Amino acid sequence: MPEVEIRKRLVTIEEIFHEGGPPAATPLRRGAIIAVIRNPFAGRYVEEIAGFMDDLKPLGLAMAQQLIQALGGDPKAIQGYGKGAIVGAAGELEHGALWHVPGGYAMREALGGAKAIVASAKKVGGPGTRLDVPVTHIDASYVRSHFDAMEVGVPDGPKADEIALVLVMTTGARIHARVGGLKASEIKGEDGLR
Amino acid sequence: MSAKIRKIVTVVEETVTEMGRPVTPPTRRAAAVAVIENPFAGRYVDDLTELFEIGEELGALLAAKAVAALGIEGSRAESYGKAAAVGENGELEHAAAILHPKLGTPVRRVLGKGAALIPSSKKRGGPGVALDIPLGHKDAAYVRSHFDGMEVRIADAPRAGEIVVAVAVTDSGRPLPRVGGLKTSEIKGEDGLR
Repeated sequence: MPEVEIRKRLVTIEEIFHEGGPPAATPLRRGAIIAVIRNPFAGRYVEEIAGFMDDLKPLGLAMAQQLIQALGGDPKAIQGYGKGAIVGAAGELEHGALWHVPGGYAMREALGGAKAIVASAKKVGGPGTRLDVPVTHIDASYVRSHFDAMEVGVPDGPKADEIALVLVMTTGARIHARVGGLKASEIKGEDGLR
Repeated sequence: MSAKIRKIVTVVEETVTEMGRPVTPPTRRAAAVAVIENPFAGRYVDDLTELFEIGEELGALLAAKAVAALGIEGSRAESYGKAAAVGENGELEHAAAILHPKLGTPVRRVLGKGAALIPSSKKRGGPGVALDIPLGHKDAAYVRSHFDGMEVRIADAPRAGEIVVAVAVTDSGRPLPRVGGLKTSEIKGEDGLR
């Protein structure tokens, strides 16, 4: 399978103090890392693409580790995660799906065994396309306070023959979370759901 | 009066290849962006001094954040720029009041020098509006390899009564500069131009 060729990386950290309500004692942090890579399957239909998932694993792990560093360096501080992909116009949505396994594996590995499924979004688009990456609690998908999303994008990517791969992590609940539901303190943490 | 900050976002963009060619060392630019309350939203106020002070405070804060995000000493920064977007209940003049009278001095203090004008842009817009922050060499405005721009946007800002304020810093010029002009090696660094 082809080598992973990176054109650029973007790291975005949001530090949220309030959203019109009482400022939080600890600001919420949301972080995204994006790697813009060449799409080895652009411009033609390729049947066998699944092998590329293994090639993406080292990149995923490096991205997860770099994102944790940018969020302060402590994997235990990470409470929410999500992932996504934007496939350039000469590729297909299925190429974005190649990120499910390596992206999810990378974050679980870097976070020391998170249990919940990693929420994801993907689309085909041109340079500057924005993607709303869904975010959920890392150990229990139903934790309502941690349902969130982070909008990301690359001003000059993806070009037609590129894919932008995205990982997102957060350090806590929405800044003024107050709509009830399963609380992080009530997680059993067995099935990844509750 | 100090700025009422709702959130701070930092973005680091690293280009490692361009047109398939390696960029060595990679070019890196960082933007630190604050979302603040516009104290004059919704009414005409003649004296904008309060915003001058907020500009001074944000200059120091955002320059330090941008340099920290790049992980370099301030003195190693090569180019810079600034920009602001005013929410719909404010005036363009509010952006000018933040950017022009007092923001530059603390930025230069963080970067060690900065003889050149800090290039700037401003606009009025709604949440998610894109800011194109112009970039120029910090000691000699005519260095052609460092004329650049960085696009940043914050999905949920500015709200009507807010202002988005950005400072961008790089440790490099464009990825593969080759359009001639004044080189960094030729800077005199006296008049801020050459």
